[in-house]
Amino acid sequence: MSENTSIERVVGIDLGTTNSLVAYMQGDQPVVIPGVDGSNLVPSIVALDPVDPAAESSRPTVTVGNTARRSLIATPERAIYSVKRLMGRGLEDVREELKLFPFHLAEDLQPGEVLRIRLGELTFTPPEISAYVLRQLKRNAERYFGSPVTKAVITVPAYFNDAQRQATRDAGRMAGLDVLRLVNEPTAAALAYGLDRAKEGIIAVYDFGGGTFDVSILKLNDGIFEVIATNGDTHLGGDDIDNLLSAVAIDEIFNDHGIDLRQQPDAIQAVRKAVIEAKIALSTQPAALLDLELPGGLRYQREIPRPVYEQLIAGVLARTAAPCRQAMADAGITPDQIDEVVLVGGSTRIPAVRTLVDQLFHLSARGKQPHTDLNPDEVVALGAAVQANILAGSSAVTDDLLLLDVTPLSLGIEALGGVVARIIQRNSTIPASATEHFTTGVDGQTNVAIHVVQGERELASDCRSLARFDLKGIPPMPAGLPRIEVKFLIDANGILQVSAREQRSGQQASIEVKPTYGLTDDQVETMILDSFDNAEADFEQRQLIEARLEAETILAAVAKAPENPAWQLLTPDEVGAIESTARALEAAKLGSDLAIIRLCVTALDQTTRRFAELMMDQAVSSAMRGKTMQVAGDQLHSSDTIHAPHQFAPAEFE
Amino acid sequence: MDTPRTNESNCWACHASLAASPLLCPHCGKVQPSAGINYFQAFAAVTGGQPLLTLDLAALEREFHRLSRKLHPDRFARASEGEQAWSLAATALLNDAYRALKDPVQRTEYLLELKGQGVGEQNAGRNKSADRQPPADLLEEVFELNMQLEELRMNQKMGEDDPALTADLTRAQAHFDGLLAQVDSDLASQAALWDSGDDTARAAALKSMASLLDRRRYLRNLVRDVKDALATPAL
Repeated sequence: MSENTSIERVVGIDLGTTNSLVAYMQGDQPVVIPGVDGSNLVPSIVALDPVDPAAESSRPTVTVGNTARRSLIATPERAIYSVKRLMGRGLEDVREELKLFPFHLAEDLQPGEVLRIRLGELTFTPPEISAYVLRQLKRNAERYFGSPVTKAVITVPAYFNDAQRQATRDAGRMAGLDVLRLVNEPTAAALAYGLDRAKEGIIAVYDFGGGTFDVSILKLNDGIFEVIATNGDTHLGGDDIDNLLSAVAIDEIFNDHGIDLRQQPDAIQAVRKAVIEAKIALSTQPAALLDLELPGGLRYQREIPRPVYEQLIAGVLARTAAPCRQAMADAGITPDQIDEVVLVGGSTRIPAVRTLVDQLFHLSARGKQPHTDLNPDEVVALGAAVQANILAGSSAVTDDLLLLDVTPLSLGIEALGGVVARIIQRNSTIPASATEHFTTGVDGQTNVAIHVVQGERELASDCRSLARFDLKGIPPMPAGLPRIEVKFLIDANGILQVSAREQRSGQQASIEVKPTYGLTDDQVETMILDSFDNAEADFEQRQLIEARLEAETILAAVAKAPENPAWQLLTPDEVGAIESTARALEAAKLGSDLAIIRLCVTALDQTTRRFAELMMDQAVSSAMRGKTMQVAGDQLHSSDTIHAPHQFAPAEFE
Repeated sequence: MDTPRTNESNCWACHASLAASPLLCPHCGKVQPSAGINYFQAFAAVTGGQPLLTLDLAALEREFHRLSRKLHPDRFARASEGEQAWSLAATALLNDAYRALKDPVQRTEYLLELKGQGVGEQNAGRNKSADRQPPADLLEEVFELNMQLEELRMNQKMGEDDPALTADLTRAQAHFDGLLAQVDSDLASQAALWDSGDDTARAAALKSMASLLDRRRYLRNLVRDVKDALATPAL
C-alpha cells in the first residue's frame, strides 16, 4: 500500500453536503480511499453518543458517517447532517433553512455571532462539525497508508463566497490538516475527466449535488484548464427535493390521519429517509412507494409515479437554468459552442435533470451526450486528488496540468451613499488584485473604515458583507492629504487578503479586520484545543473505543447474516472462514490491542466480501422483477383510507 | 505605484537581464518580485515592454499560458515562504494584466491611468456621476430620449402600450448603437496614432482617447437604459 512513505502524501477531499470522500493518486490514477466499512462515501453526518453518566469523561464520543446515521433516527437531537449549508452563514441567512431542518441553534446565540448548533448538551459551530467529518477522512487515509496525513486539498462549491471558503479552511485546520488549496468542485471534476485525454475545447460542468448547484465553463488548452465563467446557487440541491417531498408527505399525513409530525424530530427523520429512498428509486423506476409506519400503529402509503414526481420537482430543477444561461453569457458563448458537458453530483442521476441539461446545452440536437462515465459521487474527490498531486509536484503525470480558476462573485467596497464600487469583477482569474486609494475627511483623522462586500447588486446592503477593515495609525494630517494605498488580493483559494500603507508618510497602516461571518484566528485556535487537544491525551483510548464499536457493528451484521437468503449460496468453506474470522474478532475485541482488532476487522471484511456481493445481487434482481413494487401497489389499492389531497395525483391502477 | 522598474533590471538569483521577461528570469527560471512592473512590461515578450495599444491577442494568450505555467502558486506549494509570496504577487499581476490587455477598451483605460489621464484619485470608490454627464453635442438628443423613456415608463406603469413610442425608442437605440460603433472605430484610429506617432501626436491621441472613453461610457449606459426599458413588459 505504501509505495513511497518518505514524501508525505497530499490527499484530495470532497467535503460534501451529503457525503464526503478522500482520494489520492495511486500511480497515475486517482482513487478513492475506502473507510473501514469498505465504503467510499462517508456520510456527512455527525452525532454525539449518549453520555454514560458513570463514565469519568464528561465529553461524549463523537461519531461520524454511517455510525452517526443511525443516531439520526434514534436520537435526532444529538445528530446533524447537511451542515455544509450552514458554513460561513449568519443567523439571518439560515432562518428559512432551519424551518426545514430539525436542528436547534444554541439558545444564547447573539446576532452577528458565528452560528452554534445544539447537539445534546453541547454546542458546535459549523466548522467544528465539518472538522469531525474531515478528521474521519484523515483517519481513513492514515489507516490506509499506515502513516500520518497532514496535508490536503479540499473542494468547495465554485459559488462559495469568502466567508464560506474561510469556514471550510478553518474546519481543515481544526481537523489538524494543512489545507494547501481550496479547489472549486466543478473545476476538480473537469480535472478528473481531463486527465485521461489531452482535450482541447470548451466544456461545461453541471454540478448538482446534495446542497449546492454550480456551473462552470472551462477552456481546455494543452493541459491548462482555464475557467472562463462560473455561476451557481449555494442553496440548491438534492436536499431541496427531499424537503419538498417531506413537506408534501407530512401535509398529507396530517390531512389523512390528523397526525402532526412537525414537532417530532424522529418522525421527520423517518419521513426524510423514506422520501430519499423514493427519490433514488425514481431515477431508475417508473414509480416508487412511500411506506411509513406512523405513531399509533397507523400506516402511510403512497405511490409516486415518475410524471407526478417530475412535475413536483420541476420548480427546483428550473432554478439551475438561470445560472447556466448567465455563465454562458458571461463567457460570451452560445450553447452550440460548448464541446462537452460533464455531469457531477448525485442529483444528476435524476432523468429529468438530464433532460434539462440536454435542452440547456443543445446536446442531443447536436448528436452529443453528457459525460457520465465517472461516478458522479466520486468525480470531485478524484479531481481533488489530481490537484493534490499537482501541488505535491510528485509525479510527471500532472506536471503539465494547471488550473486557472476564477472568483465567482464581484468584490466591492461601500462608497458614499451605500453604493458599491466594484474593484474586482466576477469571473476574474485568480489570484486577482486591485489597488484603491483612500484619504481622510476630517483634519487629524487617524482611522479610516472600509467595508468590503461581495456580490452583484448595486447597493452594499444587498450584497454579502465580507468584512470591515479599520485602517489605523494614519499620521494626523489635514483632511484629504493622507494617501492610503489599500491592496485587495484574492488568492488562489478565492480568499481575500488586504494590505495597506500610507504613501505620503511611508508608514505601514495597520489593519484590523472584523469578519462579518467568521471565526477569528484565536477562536479557531481554541476550537482546535477544545475539540482535540483535550482529547489528544486519551487519543489511543478513543481509537480503541472506536475500533471496538466498529467491531461490534460488523459482528452484529454477521450474526444476522444467516437469515439472508444469500447466505445459502455460500460454500461450506466460505461459511467456515466467516465463522472463524468472526470468532477471532470477538476475542480481539475483548483485548485492548488496537492493531489486532483492526487486523481482525479487515480479515472479517475480506471473508464476508462475497457474501456482501451476493446480497447485493439478490437485492438488485428482486428489484428488477418488480415484485416489491407490485405487492406494494396491491396493498395501496386495497386501502381506502388514503387520498391524495393535493400535488400528488390520485394513485391509479389498472 | 512603486518606483517604476526600468527595463534594465536583473534577476535576483543569477543577475541575468530581465528586459524580455520581468516576472520570470529567462535564464534561471526564478520568479521575480513584481513591484513596480506595469501591465505592458509584464507582457514584455508581446509588447517589447512598451505601452502598445495594438496587440496580437493570440500571442498575448500564449504568453499568458506560458507564464502561468511557471508563476502560478500551484508551482510553489513546496517553495520557501518568500518565493510563495512572490509567486502570488506575480500571478495576480499577470492575471490583472491579461484581463486588462486582452480587452481593447480596458487596455486603453489602463494606458490613460498609466499616463495620469485616468479617472483620478478616488475617495472610497469611483465617482459614478461622471458617467452621467452627457457630451455637449448630444445634449439635445439625450434630453429628447429621456423624455421618451419617462413616457414609456409611465405607460408601462399604467399598463398602456404606445407602439409609436416603442418604435421611436427602438430607432433611437439603433442610432445610439451606431454612435457607439463610431466611438469604437475612432478609438481604434487614435490607438494606431498612439502606437506609431511622435511625441506630439501621442499627446494628442491620449487626449482624444480620454474624451472618447468618457463618451463611450456615457453612450453605453444610455443604450443599456433604453434596452432595459424596452425589455420591461407592461404590467
